[in-house]
Amino acid sequence: MIARFEVRRRDYLAPDGSANRPLPAFATDAKLLVGLYRAMVLLRHFDRKAVALQRTGRLGTYAVSLGQEAVSVGMASAMQEEDVLVPSYRDNGALIWRGVKLEEILLFWGGDERGNDFSGPVHDFPFCVPVGSQAPHAAGVAYALKLRKEPRVAVCMFGDGATSKGDVYEAMNFAGAHKLPIVFVAVNNQWAISVPLRLQTGAETLAQKAIAAGFTGEQVDGNDVVALRAAAAEAIAAARGGKGPRFIEAVTYRLGDHTTSDDASRYRSAEEVQAHWKQEPIARLRSYLVRQKMWSKADEEQLAAECHERIEAAVERYLATPPRRPETMFDHLYADLPEAYAVQRRELSGEHDD
Amino acid sequence: MTEMTLVEAINLALGRAMEDDPAVVVLGEDIGVDGGVFRATVGLQKRFGSERVLDTPLAELLIGGLCVGMAAQGLKPVGEIQFMGFIYPCLDQLVNHASRMRNRTRGRLTCPMVLRTPHGAGIRAPEHHSESTEAMLAHIPGLRVVMPSSPERAYGLLLAAVRDPDPVVFLEPTRLYRAAKGEVEDNGEALPLDRAFVLREGRDVTLISWGAVLKETMAAADALSAEGIAAEVIDLATLKPYDENTVLSSVAKTGRCVIVHEAARTGGFGAEIAATIAERGLSSLLAPVTRVSGYDTVIPMARLEQHYMPSVERITTATRKVCQFS
Ligand SMILES: Cc1ncc(C[n+]2csc(CCOP(=O)(O)OP(=O)(O)O)c2C)c(N)n1
Repeated sequence: MIARFEVRRRDYLAPDGSANRPLPAFATDAKLLVGLYRAMVLLRHFDRKAVALQRTGRLGTYAVSLGQEAVSVGMASAMQEEDVLVPSYRDNGALIWRGVKLEEILLFWGGDERGNDFSGPVHDFPFCVPVGSQAPHAAGVAYALKLRKEPRVAVCMFGDGATSKGDVYEAMNFAGAHKLPIVFVAVNNQWAISVPLRLQTGAETLAQKAIAAGFTGEQVDGNDVVALRAAAAEAIAAARGGKGPRFIEAVTYRLGDHTTSDDASRYRSAEEVQAHWKQEPIARLRSYLVRQKMWSKADEEQLAAECHERIEAAVERYLATPPRRPETMFDHLYADLPEAYAVQRRELSGEHDD
Repeated sequence: MTEMTLVEAINLALGRAMEDDPAVVVLGEDIGVDGGVFRATVGLQKRFGSERVLDTPLAELLIGGLCVGMAAQGLKPVGEIQFMGFIYPCLDQLVNHASRMRNRTRGRLTCPMVLRTPHGAGIRAPEHHSESTEAMLAHIPGLRVVMPSSPERAYGLLLAAVRDPDPVVFLEPTRLYRAAKGEVEDNGEALPLDRAFVLREGRDVTLISWGAVLKETMAAADALSAEGIAAEVIDLATLKPYDENTVLSSVAKTGRCVIVHEAARTGGFGAEIAATIAERGLSSLLAPVTRVSGYDTVIPMARLEQHYMPSVERITTATRKVCQFS
């Protein structure tokens, strides 16, 4: 025997909202904990509205976070503003936490690139659609941060399906070799569209994939926002302190369809989904907060009203955003538009050269 | 001015770019201690350290993706793909990310990176080492595709590529790495991108080419001039976006055009040029636009590769035919 490895699992809150063990210090800060709760609830309301907009033809294909709210919010809440988020397409919650406006997210899913020119941190990456291809970007970012000796960290998020791609392993392998300040987060929602985890990998955990790259991987209850925030804070602090990368496998479940163009009932049973509803992150934290007398029914009603108001205002701004003129598709093609394409731009705008 | 080879000019330009701008980072397989398999990066790691001259793991997708991440963070990465045949794993990064980061974020994030790779056949290399699939890259909106054909242009165009605010694929004609020699002054001066170079003026026919096969094209022009045919020779140099005006005004003058490229014919970049001339220069044509190219075959290995590549003879034969057309 020349090597032996272990993969730990972290959780604090049981599905019924009781504590399995003493919570980390930050959890005694009611304001913080309630803040996490509010962000998750906002995301759930926002998702519901986005789906309604899609169903009525006012939004394009949209990827919901239903059941996964704790991952996005837990991770983002442990980041500093100057850290760099490199998200996948399902990380709305993290973007919102980092200051991206709701109407900007709607704009993106509504088919307008201006949504990616968002008011979150200017260096954060936009949604990434080719699965897993954002992981090497995060490694490049982290390399730049290390080269310039900046105490900043890259946080890269992707799904369980993405871990099957070489992109993710190539990025992890490089990050391990160079001890880069980066945290990889596999959001294991157990399905990659219709393909279940057991067909995605023969490995017992995704966390153990980090071991091959030379760093620690840990499994976290992805429906427990306290566990996620704790794991994220620890991993980010280690990365910031020069201790290299970490990998977090957040085990959660996608309660909804893959996107608004998917019908998950084709490939999984109602019983399975029903069972996972008992694990979901929002009810769990709410029970805990109520037990701790940090939250009340009145608070809940007020929050719902606030979410409604904020979302409706954002939807109004989104719907009122005037469309771009067609020729603006040339505006950011290159820093300066080459003459050859300026001709095409004029063609599109109705001016003709000849 | 010093006489040097094309690969030495590349090395000189990289050193100059790194000296001028601390944000420039060079990365790739074997590019550090070893100086690259063609020695394009030799000595750079000693001068600039292993953080700025970085030996990467053997992973081409990663090299492309790292460049995107570094560039978005304000570095100026210059990645090397060891041979063009191995560029395909990182096409995903070029097509889906590098070329469109500026567009998809409306300019919030940009991607000022260079990806260098040896290009073309004729060095008796193993399979997969002789690719010339530049047309595939030139098809991608938002990229620049540049190919020098002399040490002087290699130096000036590479400096321009590094300083360019957008992603550039820089294709280096492998066959000319050591075969092409010329005077290069390390004056830090870039040559313009998006511009073709008229290497030789002539009234009778326009020969358009790029990369290594300009050698044969120039030799053909010499041979033809002995027969009284004055060929104008254009080095296209930047394929994306390409300098239509230089092409069209030359064809307007000569009325005839032969396009010479090493890449396979179908969908090759010659087709693009021929289409432009058909659309915008038809009235000046005295003969059909003609292509001399590689065949639509897999590039053969060493024993047959000289039959694949356009030869002086194929170029002169085609050009004579075009000049006799009536
Ligand atoms: C490279 C690539 N292949 C295929 C797709 C189509 N596709 C979109 S999402 C998806 C499943 C991804 O699953 P996972 O990584 O687990 O993330 P999740 O959607 O569950 O969050 C697929 C196959 C894609 N976007 N990119």
